[in-house]
Amino acid sequence: MNENIMYALEIMGKGMFSIFAVIILLTFIVYLMAKITEIRSNKKGGQEEA
Amino acid sequence: MEFLYSNLLEITPQQLVMYAVGILLIYLAIAKGYEPALLLPMGFGAILVNLPNSGVLNQPLEGLGEEATGIIEWLYNVGIDASEAMPILLFIGIGAMIDFGPLLSNPKMFLFGAAAQFGIFIAIMFAVILGFSLNDAASIGMIGAADGPTSILVSKILHSNYIGPIAVAAYSYMALVPIVQPFAIKLVTTKKERLIRMDYNPKSVSKTTRILFPIIVTFVAGLVAPTSVALVGFLMFGNLIRECGVLNALSDSAQNVLANLITLLLGITIAFSMKADQFVTIDTLKIMGLGLFAFVFDTIGGVVFAKVLNLFMKKDKKINPMVGAAGISAFPMSARVVQKMGLKEDPTNHLLMHAISANVSGQIASVVAGGVIVEIVNKILMTLA
Repeated sequence: MNENIMYALEIMGKGMFSIFAVIILLTFIVYLMAKITEIRSNKKGGQEEA
Repeated sequence: MEFLYSNLLEITPQQLVMYAVGILLIYLAIAKGYEPALLLPMGFGAILVNLPNSGVLNQPLEGLGEEATGIIEWLYNVGIDASEAMPILLFIGIGAMIDFGPLLSNPKMFLFGAAAQFGIFIAIMFAVILGFSLNDAASIGMIGAADGPTSILVSKILHSNYIGPIAVAAYSYMALVPIVQPFAIKLVTTKKERLIRMDYNPKSVSKTTRILFPIIVTFVAGLVAPTSVALVGFLMFGNLIRECGVLNALSDSAQNVLANLITLLLGITIAFSMKADQFVTIDTLKIMGLGLFAFVFDTIGGVVFAKVLNLFMKKDKKINPMVGAAGISAFPMSARVVQKMGLKEDPTNHLLMHAISANVSGQIASVVAGGVIVEIVNKILMTLA
């Protein structure tokens, strides 16, 4: 059973790390997309004003 | 005339317990409104599969020298055992129902979806301590994903012997979120923390972002945990149908017809794994206890993570820790619980949109967790073989 507890700890460590890795990457990509959209809409707005 | 009563005499005490379980599930579904779409078919199915020599299970016809096919056993073999098709197809409907807009306009809420999966791993640890094998423990832990189809799918892929009790626990606790979560939230928050106000200034989300999001999630999750592609991929496929704007009829079908049809069959099919000899055991009670444990620690994980984030936040940007609890996948019950608790503390403090953002993040994180756990457990079992 001790061996299985060590495996359970491994699952916990690797599991939480992987979930956070995926979620942080997605957060970063969504921020990036929001930034790109903002820059593009600002450019459009600037061109229309000019 | 013996055949008229011979089956009655064959009823075992365990089968009587299963009739009581079936009637209890039907009662909870109808009288209490707890996940009726799942608990009612499961409850009725539990009665069907536990009638002696039930025709819904394959039965030998000795006189004819053949075996009569039972419909529930056939549905289980085809829809779950052979292909895991039912829970996976259900994800198309779920994906089509989810509006990721609130999350995309407030991306930091993504993090709570990850933090609130903590209970899964605590439950795995305790399941191992209670003597369950690694694949069974991992499947039991998935009750903490608060996501019925994912729990069923992971249990099936990992060849767990407890798919029935796991499904019952997952759906029961999802229904009991309004009772379990307030208790867990109050356990780890002070009144002052529960009173924290959060401004809601949503940014507009472009259509391009909404369309690209499901495709990007599929790539990212698929590359990190390829086993999650079936889950994440079908969830995101449903969402792409919703957001693309050119498949409104399909989106509507996925959200209503497909989701209802699969839900109807999934509940009664899962009942195949509720046969008395497999279900009426001490292990079932342990699994129900571990499931409750998983939900409590999911909630605590989300709340404590919010409190840790607050240590680094400016005073006017602090997060109400209760929002972290909504990072579980039980949508929209969990978000509603947080909103209700917020209003109870301060009738002018509306946390619903923040909680909804965390809640939809939980739906992504739970399927990612399912894929990740299958991946890790499979690798460990390979090294042990």
